[in-house]
Parts: sequence; C-alpha cells; structure tokens
Amino acid sequence: MDKFDVIIVGAGLAGLGAAYTLAGSGMEVLVLERGDYPGAKNVTGGRLYLNPVRDLFPGLFEKAPLERFIAHEEITLMAKDRSVALTYSGNELREHPHQSYSILRARFDRWLAEQVEAQGVMVLSKTRVDDLIKDNGVITGVLAGGDELRADVVIACDGALSLLSEKAGLRSHASPENFALGIKEVITLDSGTINDRFHLEGNEGVAYLYVGDVTQGKFGGGFLYTNRESLSLGVVIGIEDAMDEKLPIEVPVLLEAFKQRPEIAPLIKGGSPAEYSAHVIPEGGFKALGKLCGNGILVAGDAAGLALNIGFTVRGMEYALASGCFAARAVLKAKEAGNFYTGTLNVYRKLLEESFVLQDLKNFQESPAVVGNPRYFTHYPELIGNLMRDIYTIPAGPKERLYPTLRKHIGLAELWSIFKDLREVMKI
Amino acid sequence: MSETVDLKAKLGLDVFKPFGQPHIKIRQGMGKDPRLKPAVRLCPAGLYSVNENGEVMLATVDGCLECGTCRLTCDTEVLEWNYPEGGTGVQFRFG
Repeated sequence: MDKFDVIIVGAGLAGLGAAYTLAGSGMEVLVLERGDYPGAKNVTGGRLYLNPVRDLFPGLFEKAPLERFIAHEEITLMAKDRSVALTYSGNELREHPHQSYSILRARFDRWLAEQVEAQGVMVLSKTRVDDLIKDNGVITGVLAGGDELRADVVIACDGALSLLSEKAGLRSHASPENFALGIKEVITLDSGTINDRFHLEGNEGVAYLYVGDVTQGKFGGGFLYTNRESLSLGVVIGIEDAMDEKLPIEVPVLLEAFKQRPEIAPLIKGGSPAEYSAHVIPEGGFKALGKLCGNGILVAGDAAGLALNIGFTVRGMEYALASGCFAARAVLKAKEAGNFYTGTLNVYRKLLEESFVLQDLKNFQESPAVVGNPRYFTHYPELIGNLMRDIYTIPAGPKERLYPTLRKHIGLAELWSIFKDLREVMKI
Repeated sequence: MSETVDLKAKLGLDVFKPFGQPHIKIRQGMGKDPRLKPAVRLCPAGLYSVNENGEVMLATVDGCLECGTCRLTCDTEVLEWNYPEGGTGVQFRFG
C-alpha cells in the first residue's frame, strides 16, 4: 500500500495550481488524472485573466503556452434579424503585462503539468478515482483503478460535477439551476487571416460575447475568442432554462444557428472545424457554494463552485489556480500543526476570504439572479435593435423626428421597466 | 435530434479512446420516466432519443463528451452515471 502526504484528484488548473505550490516543500505529492494526459478532459471558453494570479505563481506565466492577449472586447446584443455591438479597445489593453489571454486547455494544462513534474511531483494520468477512503469520518485516501492510495490529505479538484465532494458529504447532489452548459468548436484558421479579419497586430486577440437570439432568449450567450491559429466559438446556456419545455430548444442546434448568423459566418469562413467539445460551468456563485473542506479533504476550483458570471466578464480559471494555491498553503499549515482535521484545514476558507476569490464571489453574490433576468435575452436585444433600425433608416419620404422615434420604443411603461431592471443592477 | 446538425461529422473531429462497459446507463425500467426527457434536447452529442413507445433510449455512449449535463438534468435515480475508465473516452487536443 502506497502512502503519500497529499493526493490531488484532477490535473486541471486547481489541481496543478495546488501541486505547483506544494512542489519543493518536501511533501510527497501525487496528482491523479483520468484523461490520457493532463488537459485531455478540460475545456475553456475561454480566456484567463492573469492579474489576480501573477503574484501567486511568480514568473510562471512568462513561458506559458498562452494564445493571444485580448486587446479588443466586444459585446453584441443579438436580436432575431439585427444586432447592436459595443466595442472597447484601449492602450491599457495593449500594454505589458497584458491582463488576459485566450488559452486552449489541452495545451496549457499539459504544459503546466510538465512544470509541476519537473519539480518532483508525480502526475499519474489515465487513472480515474472511484471513491474516497474514509476511516472514522476522516478521508485517508482514494480508491483508483482497484488500488488503495493513502494520503494525509486529499485535494479534490475533480471539476464542476465533483463526484468526490458529494461522496465526502461536502455538498448534496448538484442541481441544474446552478450550472450552465457550454458547447464549443475550435475552428482552425491561419494567423495571417485571423489578423486581417479581426484587424489585429501581431499577437493581439479579440474576445466577443453575444447575448440574445443566440440562446433563443434563454439565459446564456455566445462567445468567440481568437487563438494563435484558431477560433474558439461557442454557446453557453443555463441548464435549468434549457430544460424548460414551454420553449423547447435543442442545444446542438443553437451552435449551428449561431455559426450561420450573418454576424458570425464571415468571421469563420474558410476555417476548418478541428474539435467539438462540451462542458458544464458552475454559475451559482457565492450562494451555491458548498463546504470547502472536511476532515482530510479540501475542494478547489470548479469542484468547489468557484466561478463567476457578471455579464461582461465570465471567469473561472483564475479562481481555480488561486484556490488550488490556497488549498496547498492550507495543507502546508496543517502539516506544521500536525493534523488535517476540518478545524485546521479551515484556514483554507480564511485564505480564500482574504483574497480576491471569495471577495469577488461575495461582492457579486447577487449577480447570478441579476444577469439571469430574461429581459436581457429577448426584450433588450429586440428593443435596442429596433431603435437603431429606426434611427438609421432613411425612408423614401420624410424622416420622423428623433424624439418621437425614441418615444415610440421607450414609452413610460418601458422606462419604468428599465428603471426597475437598473435598480436590480445596482445590487451587483 | 434535429437533422439540421450533422453531429456525426462534428463528433468525428474528436479523438475517442474505446472503453469497455458503457459508463452511463438508463436504469432498468426507467425509460418512461419524465426526468430523462431533458437529456434528449440537451445532450450536446445527441446520444439520447425517444423510441416509438415513448421511451427514452441511450443506444450508445460512443461520442459522449463527458460534460455531465444528463447527470444534472436527469438525476442518478434514473441514470447510472460515472466517468469512463481512466485513459478512455474523449481526449481533447485543443480544449
């Protein structure tokens, strides 16, 4: 029977962030990963914001296989027959150090695992963890591939579904209202075409979000990120909303319809689809968090529900890296204290509370309810689209004055509704 | 699944490593349970279908993207759900 100091389940950003932090501490650390290689089961939209995690992993990201730094942000309200976009670009987005990069996880996670292994941590791929070993209410290891692997402490970084948190009793069965489903295609295009098509210089990239008809009015949206030599194009939809049978939608059809939109089709034209992927995303925020640790176990990353959607930005990966790092620091403290009981491991929660991780989740705890407002997904895209249409239309005859045009779309009742929605926004 | 999407071609882009036993099964006699219904529309790989008796079927799990949506929507009382064995199933090259 093998005994380790720490077993980390899952070689994603939380698991590898924890392993990286523990490397060189003298503790014997084993990372278990069910994929063929680290990253094989991992998917992002997506982009990684580096500012919050640079100090936790000094120097690490300088050599990382990042794709493009995001220099152009755009959000598009997509009505059925038209769309209105808001673009943001600025010198601050082009300055070093860049605040965010598009990434591809199979590439990034594999590289990060190599950095971790180079420092003496064992990463064992192709190994599914089937259960936790419990002795008198204390987690003392895992069952994997028929083997009992023992450790002083287990860090569960097993992703959004986190079967291990359920088995450890840290959270009950995950429920659909706290999750969204993301589906994505990676479409390869040569870098010259990407630069020409998106008006980019060198390694600049874009992050485009789309709200409205892309999810047929349901909670969610579309996204497009430029990678070095590919585009990540996808749709995210709230699972509970998608289950609603009154307006039944077929999820795979959403992505296909999105690709055929006149706003999207020319951007992906000539590209070769290279991969189709799907993943669930925690969307419940602070209010949906379960327990973060128990006797002999800590939970980090998506497994702990650490992700945040505030409409304009959708984040998860830096919370995963940071929570992995803090879980590891808690383990180091527990080692000093000489026990791994909940009372000792609870320093993990304190570390998260003192950091951006739980402060962000707390500060934006009303966000899931506010951004879930159905008016954002049908009413506003249509309203603003129609308004723009009437402002820009030049009829054969005389054109209507601007103010009556505005009032036609935004009457008193509408103004009142907008006011009420804004009052909700003030909670975020 | 609607015929507007060629899911076979899409899934054909991905690398899958063969597994032994299917890792997701509809529990015996549960085919007509309404809790299974959402999976038919939500499964990104289109693996669930309804047969002429109105039962939800999962003919194969080949092509499963392991997203877990069906576990969230259907509940484990009607679905026996696990990840495939280590080193099998979908292996993303981009992710």
